[in-house]
Amino acid sequence: MLIELRDICKTFGPVRANAGISIEVAPASILGILGENGAGKSTLMKILSGFQEPDSGSIVLDGEAATIRSPADALARGIGMLHQDPLDFPPLKLVDDLILGSRGRLRPDRRRTAREFRELAARFDFDLDPEAYVDALTVGERQQLEILRLLWLGARALILDEPTTGISLPQKEKLFATIRRLASEGMTVLFVSHKLEDVESLCDRAVVLRQGLLAGSADPPFDTKRLVEMMFGKEVPQAPHLRIPGGGEVLSARGLCLDSLRLQIKGLDLSVKAGEVVGLAGMEGSGQAIFLASCAGLERAVAGSVRIEEREMTSRSHHDYKREGVAYLPAARLEEGLVPGLSLEEHFILAQGTRGLFIDRKAAEIEAESRIAAYNIKGRPDSMVESLSGGNQQRALLALLRDDLSLILVEHPTRGLDIESTIYIWSKLKERCAKGTAIVFISSDLDEILQYSDRVLVFFAGKVSPPIGAESLGVEELGRLIGGKGWESFEEAPRA
Amino acid sequence: MSYDVLLLGLAGVLASAGPVVFASIGEAISERAGVINLSMNGLILLSAMGGFAAALATGSVVLGFLGGAAIGGAVAAIVAFSSITLKQSQVAVGFVLTLLCRDLSYFLGNPIMGLPGPRISLAPLPFLGGIPLLGPLFFRQDVMTYLSFALIAVAWLFIYRTRPGLVLRGIGEKPAAAYARGANVGGLRYLYTILGGAIAGLAGPMYSLSIKAGWKGTISGLDGIGWIALAITIFGGWSPFKVALGAYLFAFLQWLGLVLQAALPGVPSQVLQVAPFPLMILTLLFVNLGNAEWVATALARLPERPRRALAKLLRAVNAKPPAALGAPFEKD
Amino acid sequence: MRESPGLKPLFRAAAVILALVLTTLVLLATKSPPLAAYASIVRGAVGTWSVASDVVVAWVPLLLVTSGLLVTFTVGLWNIGIEGQITFGAVFATWALRSFQAPVLGGSLDPGLAIALAVLAGMAGGMLWAMLVGALKTFGGVNEIFGGLGLNYVATAVNLWLIFGPWKRPGVASMSGTVPFDRSLWLPTVTERSRFAPIAVALAVVGIAVVFVLIQGTYFGLRLKAVGKNPRAAYLLGIPTWQYTMVSFALCGLFAGLAGAVQVTAVYHRLIPSISSGYGYMGLMVSMLVNYSAAIAAPVALFFAALNVGSIQLPITLKLDSSLAGVLQGTLVLFVLLAEGARARLMKKGGSRP
Repeated sequence: MLIELRDICKTFGPVRANAGISIEVAPASILGILGENGAGKSTLMKILSGFQEPDSGSIVLDGEAATIRSPADALARGIGMLHQDPLDFPPLKLVDDLILGSRGRLRPDRRRTAREFRELAARFDFDLDPEAYVDALTVGERQQLEILRLLWLGARALILDEPTTGISLPQKEKLFATIRRLASEGMTVLFVSHKLEDVESLCDRAVVLRQGLLAGSADPPFDTKRLVEMMFGKEVPQAPHLRIPGGGEVLSARGLCLDSLRLQIKGLDLSVKAGEVVGLAGMEGSGQAIFLASCAGLERAVAGSVRIEEREMTSRSHHDYKREGVAYLPAARLEEGLVPGLSLEEHFILAQGTRGLFIDRKAAEIEAESRIAAYNIKGRPDSMVESLSGGNQQRALLALLRDDLSLILVEHPTRGLDIESTIYIWSKLKERCAKGTAIVFISSDLDEILQYSDRVLVFFAGKVSPPIGAESLGVEELGRLIGGKGWESFEEAPRA
Repeated sequence: MSYDVLLLGLAGVLASAGPVVFASIGEAISERAGVINLSMNGLILLSAMGGFAAALATGSVVLGFLGGAAIGGAVAAIVAFSSITLKQSQVAVGFVLTLLCRDLSYFLGNPIMGLPGPRISLAPLPFLGGIPLLGPLFFRQDVMTYLSFALIAVAWLFIYRTRPGLVLRGIGEKPAAAYARGANVGGLRYLYTILGGAIAGLAGPMYSLSIKAGWKGTISGLDGIGWIALAITIFGGWSPFKVALGAYLFAFLQWLGLVLQAALPGVPSQVLQVAPFPLMILTLLFVNLGNAEWVATALARLPERPRRALAKLLRAVNAKPPAALGAPFEKD
Repeated sequence: MRESPGLKPLFRAAAVILALVLTTLVLLATKSPPLAAYASIVRGAVGTWSVASDVVVAWVPLLLVTSGLLVTFTVGLWNIGIEGQITFGAVFATWALRSFQAPVLGGSLDPGLAIALAVLAGMAGGMLWAMLVGALKTFGGVNEIFGGLGLNYVATAVNLWLIFGPWKRPGVASMSGTVPFDRSLWLPTVTERSRFAPIAVALAVVGIAVVFVLIQGTYFGLRLKAVGKNPRAAYLLGIPTWQYTMVSFALCGLFAGLAGAVQVTAVYHRLIPSISSGYGYMGLMVSMLVNYSAAIAAPVALFFAALNVGSIQLPITLKLDSSLAGVLQGTLVLFVLLAEGARARLMKKGGSRP
């Protein structure tokens, strides 16, 4: 199937996710789609696969214009999407997962379907038993199931969204062999990924999206440097880096091992000094979030230890960490950080802790006003937090922090914020550094990582780089590491 | 106790469990689609009264049962509308309806309270009724009890062996995935909630038109039959055979309580009467412990073979709710 | 907030009208004259001093229960077990009074003190029963709806067992309850024969005021709100969520137990099978109707009590069942719920979507 996306535009509120993207994908080929978080890849694929409708632009399949209104529509036209977290049904058997949603008689012929299942699976060398249950499968096997299902339903184009996240190496190799085989048999494949090596080894062509636009395309042999440049932009000369003289050790992680459903982190070592800023870089879901949470007592480590200012904190609760002067600011401001339905003033009251039984509303209002002024929040003490803009919500979160913290852990401090708010937020954070507070932050914005960190840790599929000094790191090298390249040098050199 | 009396007693257990089977399976269907119908207790009362009234007015027992089903469906429709379209709390609307339906049944049923009315009669099956042991137990019952047996099988076949049944399981489990495969999640949720309510609505008339004939203002025997049915739905893992097993177990324990009461004069009658409820709490406790988050994460970490084996074991004792139960579905 | 301020009361008014319409239809369905029925209710509630005082007597436990429920609703809980908590409060109060009866009659214990202690015992009983529900939820993961329901029935059973067993009237056990207490152990009422006890009314009024101040004016109340609106954020802000859940159950149980104790000491002067009289479920309805805010809880509870007392006469005057009150109350809450949902949906359609 020849797929043409012509001038696709999609806007969400103030954000232009796709600003006029045109791409052509030939049949029997594998197109890699690269881009960092927020570049617009997933929106574009959602539009092609029917989960979203574009604001403007058109989709042309095999020369005919097509209106795709729903995922079922897309599949009827032969376009199937394999999601990063496959949309399957855990309590069902594999064969039932296949049948669900397909058309046919009232009583599905399960035996015939199982037979067809086995044949298809054998063709691609998938070790799947149709009578097994979905919830017993690994992520890689669930992918195989979904690919099988899409093939069984007659897909002629396949979109794979970050398929190699969370699968083992042998499973990845099998997946790639499957994809190559499907493409050679005529399938149109779109391979969305941030992993440079995967795209370079698998794809016949690659396009790069950046900030909602098509930044460029490339053919093999791929030049990694060029790809990184297209993904992340050119190198910007760095502002001279102010190094705060180091103080005592605030956070110490030794041999930390963390487990989640998707990945495992093994043997992470990090020592953070007072006044230092450490940036955690990497694509979302590479392990930074779970590590950050474990430094706040919100995740239990499987092995290893976490110390705050020399005190052993490994199995303690989050509230114990708070008592030790650790603060955690989540990325989901309204879902996890603030309480919708309560006002700014009420949040400040909550953050202060109790002063007796009754709330002195007058004093609270004055206090709230001073905090609002100090953090330049566009809102009044009685404003509901859900009515504030993102930037002001983030300022509010900062304003809720105690003055004498030893460690601030913040997820995506400036996600979705404009330049002015970003600069302001960081100026406030730097103020605290000057007073000795250490900061560990997660960000998908490479410029932010390089500009504000003293040292950087890169996360890739659960692998963690040793801390790298930010002055010696450039955008290009950071981009490569995030994309999974250049990690060999860490494995050879002794740990820093 | 003589053999004949025992058989008669057990046959009675199967009959008295009939209404609970209808209610629990109806609720299971509704919950599998993702909607909790908490009004069950009131719904049963209202359909009992309404069914009896319909039968009294028309002289037809069949119309009485249909009336009960219609009432059950109507109440469920309110729950569906409030939950699916208005996205209000399913607990809130269900709770209000349970009280409202109860009061409506008392108020509207006042004029017909205590009146004698049509009853369905025993309908022993000609050949099957003569089989030793099985005959007296299963085949000398009334029509509705036969229907309750059939319902178990039909519900199971539908849920586990048909295409629409698969879709039903899908929308309660992961509506987003079902939507991705073309299911009209909202419409189907309406359908199954109302259907579940209609089936449950057959339970009420089973009391007023057969077992405890007439409308006497309460379902004597146990005041909270609707709540028990809700708990049995959970206990039975939303699966028709296991739910029915729970219903029969419950009826059996009730019967046992009556029997033992005579044999154990020392134990106060209230203890045996109310025993189902702490039992319900205990089973919920047991069920919840098996569903803990840590079990799922620990399972995901195991190597392949033990994981598959353990998953199989857990599934046997599984009582995992449809994952999207109680949550409204937003398309994006 | 972007919503037009006039819209909310508009929807509420529509809900009230719809409720009246539906109830009238129900009345017509039973071929009863609606206006006469409503008039009878009104007369039955405020027609004479006697019934008016009965309304106040019914108002007291309802208001107490509502006060407690507002605490649990603020923290996001459905404390359906409230009925059992009232019952247990009554049981404990009865036990206390039975134990104190002899010393009081003998002169060694001041009757006022005995009553006060009995009331405290009732509060303790309700609190314990409520914390049991809380423990089942916090440590056993048992939903408080089912836990509460199950324990309601258990409480009823315990109540019945006591009335027909250890505490039965000498001779024949009776549905009219245990042996009534000596007059000295009755909560003082305005006249010899009325059941109107000013102290009870004072307790109820103080109770709702305390809850209002607690939720609006204390740190505890603000934290309760935070836990109820966003438990995750509340936890991250440093609030120990499960402890607040348990304390809310305890507080609500205290109020429920108080209501039960008042019923025993002021109204019935003994333990009867239906000591909780459905006040718990009614309290849940009142809470839903006032949208969980304490400000108008008192008048709404008074209205509900008036409906209940007013409809007692219906079987006599019009041969209608007194459950008409329940029908009115239920349809009112139902339509308010539906109206709120309709309003929210219309607002969402008008605003921008991400």
